[in-house]
Amino acid sequence: MMVASSKNKLIEISDLMTRFHTPEGTVYAVNGISYNLDVAETLAVVGESGCGKSVSMLSILGLIPTPPGEIAGGTAFYKGNDLLKMNDIDLEHIRGKEIAMIFQDPMTSLNPVLTIGKQITEAIRIHCNLDKNKANKRAIELLEWVGIPDAKNRLGDYPHQFSGGMRQRVMIAMALSCEPSLLIADEPTTALDVTIQAQIVELVKRLREQLGMAIIWITHDLGVVAGLADRVIVMYAGYIVEEAKVDDIYEHPLHPYTIALLNALPRVDRRRENRLKSIPGAPPNLLVEPHGCPFAPRCEFVTNQCRTENPKLVSINDQHRVACWVNILERGNDNGRE
Amino acid sequence: MAENEYLVQVRQLKKHFPVTKGIFQTKAGAVKAVDGISFEISRGETLGLVGESGCGKTTAGRTILGLYQPTNGEVSIDGMNICQAKPKEMLEIRRKATMIFQDPFASLNPRWTVNSIISEPLKVHKIYKTEKERTERVFELLNLVGLNGRLYNRFPHEFSGGQRQRIGIARALASNPSFIVCDEPISALDVSIQAQVVNLLEELQDKFSLTYLFIAHDLSMVRHICDRVAVMYLGVIVEMGDRNEVYENPYHPYSQALLSAVPIPDPKKDRERKRIILMGDVPSPINPPSGCRFHPRCPNAKPQCSEDTPEWREISDKHWVACHQV
Repeated sequence: MMVASSKNKLIEISDLMTRFHTPEGTVYAVNGISYNLDVAETLAVVGESGCGKSVSMLSILGLIPTPPGEIAGGTAFYKGNDLLKMNDIDLEHIRGKEIAMIFQDPMTSLNPVLTIGKQITEAIRIHCNLDKNKANKRAIELLEWVGIPDAKNRLGDYPHQFSGGMRQRVMIAMALSCEPSLLIADEPTTALDVTIQAQIVELVKRLREQLGMAIIWITHDLGVVAGLADRVIVMYAGYIVEEAKVDDIYEHPLHPYTIALLNALPRVDRRRENRLKSIPGAPPNLLVEPHGCPFAPRCEFVTNQCRTENPKLVSINDQHRVACWVNILERGNDNGRE
Repeated sequence: MAENEYLVQVRQLKKHFPVTKGIFQTKAGAVKAVDGISFEISRGETLGLVGESGCGKTTAGRTILGLYQPTNGEVSIDGMNICQAKPKEMLEIRRKATMIFQDPFASLNPRWTVNSIISEPLKVHKIYKTEKERTERVFELLNLVGLNGRLYNRFPHEFSGGQRQRIGIARALASNPSFIVCDEPISALDVSIQAQVVNLLEELQDKFSLTYLFIAHDLSMVRHICDRVAVMYLGVIVEMGDRNEVYENPYHPYSQALLSAVPIPDPKKDRERKRIILMGDVPSPINPPSGCRFHPRCPNAKPQCSEDTPEWREISDKHWVACHQV
């Protein structure tokens, strides 16, 4: 376990705010989120589509197209430097080299008309200043490392000649080519079958140990991160609503949204008892300027205060933060979770 | 057993898609998407069909409804054989057996109003004579699936994913069917919406004593909603039985691997769990492996497995499995 001290902080994000100015109006995508990431820690960011989990990551890497996007505020310190204030050239040195990213759909994130070898060596040659032969050697090494059989002969193959799981391995090989200190994985297993998902999760765990890198794993699947993350952040409508150590979030979830999400999941290891407890309504419209708690319209514990004032993220203990007006501690562990 | 205890009977169903080559389209082989599956579904029962992508579960669902002409085998729905049905009978089968699709964005015509989408089956089957009666029925159906009936004149793009899936469900219900094939009805939806749609499907099943074939790759949801489960691999069913029986005592190594790969939202349990990580990918259904189709990836494979096709045996009460090593 890492001890929380600012020396170990790899990333410190505070009050990050991202908006998109569209013809329909302003989209309030990320509304002032703050969190830290320790060296070699694995953080899971969980939320449904549109909750701002991907946008917040793209924001800190300067990958939001502006306009229509706008980073409306906040800071994102990486090893002491603010990524949001950095110019493009400095950012180029960090992106892909120190912070690497893998995406959900390995088919659309690989160029279909370039060979795998060409695509992997491109990153290596740019960031590591290697010549062509050395870069090729390194590419073969990387592909073997991520478990692609017969790597040497596959460098000349095109993405369509690989299966979905293999393409994701290629993406991981590319991301790891410069041995980054942080890997951001944006729903890397969502498009894959469960057996392939298990392969990729095992691979990432192994590489994490070998490289000692930190990981931010973005997902909507509370199941996948249970066995993978050290700490979990739950996002809703552009806000962080809860943050805790992985065991805490599953055993003592405090925010009504987290509780409801966990209750809405059927379990493969349990016999069915009742109907699923569904969350009524739908996620909020991000075109409306938020006021009040974003979850209030769907919350079963809602009070009048919830509708008018947005609760701040407060610490319950040093590892657990939650944004909710309802006095959860009073309800104790009787929070509806079996 | 009495003939009509089963609503749906599938016997040795095969669906091969030809692979052609050259400008003369000569047949070069066949994608054996479904290669001899048999099962029955009782009235009011939900049978889950699970497997990885490309195992043929969607093709199976579509062939059972006669959307694809079967290559071989028989399907009967409520005593009517879909393979030999005359056009008139086929229309009656189509009224009784409908489908809910995976993608709520692609399965609704964007230029049609909700009213025309849902009343289409009413027109085809001539269930109501006048426009007014049809519109009233559309109102009723929309309320039934939890949407406001007054929205009947809107277009699909005005609805969210979950609402669109409800429109798809209303369309499937319009002709008063007794059997619905649900082809991954929730996999395109967010977690909080999935539970809503699953609960709706269950309510409707109780209300109209519907029979479901539930095709999915989410094994946790299948355990929740289905009475029985069939596990498919490369066009064949490798194991079938009562849900708790299959999930608690899986016999086939593929079912075991599949179940062990499903993540559990419980960190302590997940850490203790023993995972069976399968090597490699699903082989091509054009040239499926000889003998047991799972043998190249099977951790317990013996020489026999690559030679003989395993027999489909009842290992315990109503629990069927096809494996040499069991």
